[in-house]
Amino acid sequence: MDYDWELLGFGPDGWGPVLLRAAGVTVAVSVTAFLLGVVLGTLCAWAKIGGNRPVRAAAEAYTVILRGIPDLLVIYLFYFGGRQVVAWAGGMLGLQGPFDISGFAAGAIAIGLISGAGQAEVFRGAYHAIPVGSLEAARVVGMRRFLMFRRIIAPQALSTAIPGLGNQWQSVIKESALVSVTGLVETMRQVTVAAGSTEMPFFFFAAGAVIYLIITSISGLVFKGAELWSQRGQAPARL
Amino acid sequence: MDFAFLSETFFKLLAGFPLTVNLAVLSLAGGGVLALLLNMARASGWLGARFADFYVFLFRGSPLLIQIFLIYYGLGNFPAVRESFLWPFLREPYWCALLALILNDAAYTAEILRGGFRAVPRGAVEAAEACGMSRLTRLRRITLPVAIRQALPAYSNEVISMFKSTALASTVTLMEVTGIARAEVSATYRAIEIFLCAAVLYLVSTLLITRALRLLETRLSPWLAGNRA
Repeated sequence: MDYDWELLGFGPDGWGPVLLRAAGVTVAVSVTAFLLGVVLGTLCAWAKIGGNRPVRAAAEAYTVILRGIPDLLVIYLFYFGGRQVVAWAGGMLGLQGPFDISGFAAGAIAIGLISGAGQAEVFRGAYHAIPVGSLEAARVVGMRRFLMFRRIIAPQALSTAIPGLGNQWQSVIKESALVSVTGLVETMRQVTVAAGSTEMPFFFFAAGAVIYLIITSISGLVFKGAELWSQRGQAPARL
Repeated sequence: MDFAFLSETFFKLLAGFPLTVNLAVLSLAGGGVLALLLNMARASGWLGARFADFYVFLFRGSPLLIQIFLIYYGLGNFPAVRESFLWPFLREPYWCALLALILNDAAYTAEILRGGFRAVPRGAVEAAEACGMSRLTRLRRITLPVAIRQALPAYSNEVISMFKSTALASTVTLMEVTGIARAEVSATYRAIEIFLCAAVLYLVSTLLITRALRLLETRLSPWLAGNRA
């Protein structure tokens, strides 16, 4: 089969510009979701480590539930459920439809919640890897909780957490493809459209897969670099 | 709360449950076999190792959804595929989804198994060699049992993840739990109730699977019971 590589270019028939923009949307959804996940994951890890019984139970329930439901279903729930809620609220206010919500927001929130459950475990593991002595030392010199978090806990825990966070980021990128079901024009959606209009599905889905591989590979290198940077001046781990 | 509607929905969704389980079980079985083959390829030499690396890179680096679409919509592009004996299978959404799930699962499982194989003590393999065991006997009696025990905690996560991934089969028209839920929502517009019902079904299943795998873990490695956090 002959492929017309111009189709991926930036010429008049090329899908290059739209694919590039779609890749940008994929990265934007993923970054938003990942940052939301960092916030939720940190809070949840904090709740699991230092919370009282009900707080701990709530954090536990959050992780168990979000890890037990398919990602696609969570996105459906937020997108279609969100629309239902908005329509209901609009009806209560006497507004006329149709109502819609942003696929970007629904998708980013859904994936952020899923990622938060995974990141909570990463942060919790990283906290427990901090030598107890350094926490005791910080207390002895009279550090307050926030100062101790900023100077002692965060630097050490983040350094341990980087590989785990890298894995979470990779899952977020791949889950972001599911946001295409909301109609948001990210990479997956854009290649589906291109595949349909050119009737060359294999070519365009393969191109889409390559776009994802490029994004995951580059971010893999970034996380590897961050890991090396965070361990500068430390002896390498030995097995 | 409309309990009559909820229970009616629940039973409708339950009709898709066998297909969900079918996809999960077969993809894990197929993926497991393929993962073992990938690890054997890796052990066979430089070329095999590069192939395994590339396979894992390809399937772990791209989303499962695109893999499903590539197989379901893409393969039919090639006249060679359409004329081959495989076409009666590859034009069915069921086989396409299953194939994508198997190929995807194999990549993740191969990595988990690789970690397990690394944990097999060298001495045990040498002892087996010294006893004159063949490669296959060694795999069956020595390396695989140790590697599987070692890999089971990580593999449990993969089982759960695969069970959840079967929901993506609904994107190629398969009527498993998520597919039915999606169709019911288009028919009734009661998204929250229906999707929550489906979520409960998945949640209960994953909790049961987790419990069962933990039991299996303690059964296979009783000396570790209670030591694992």
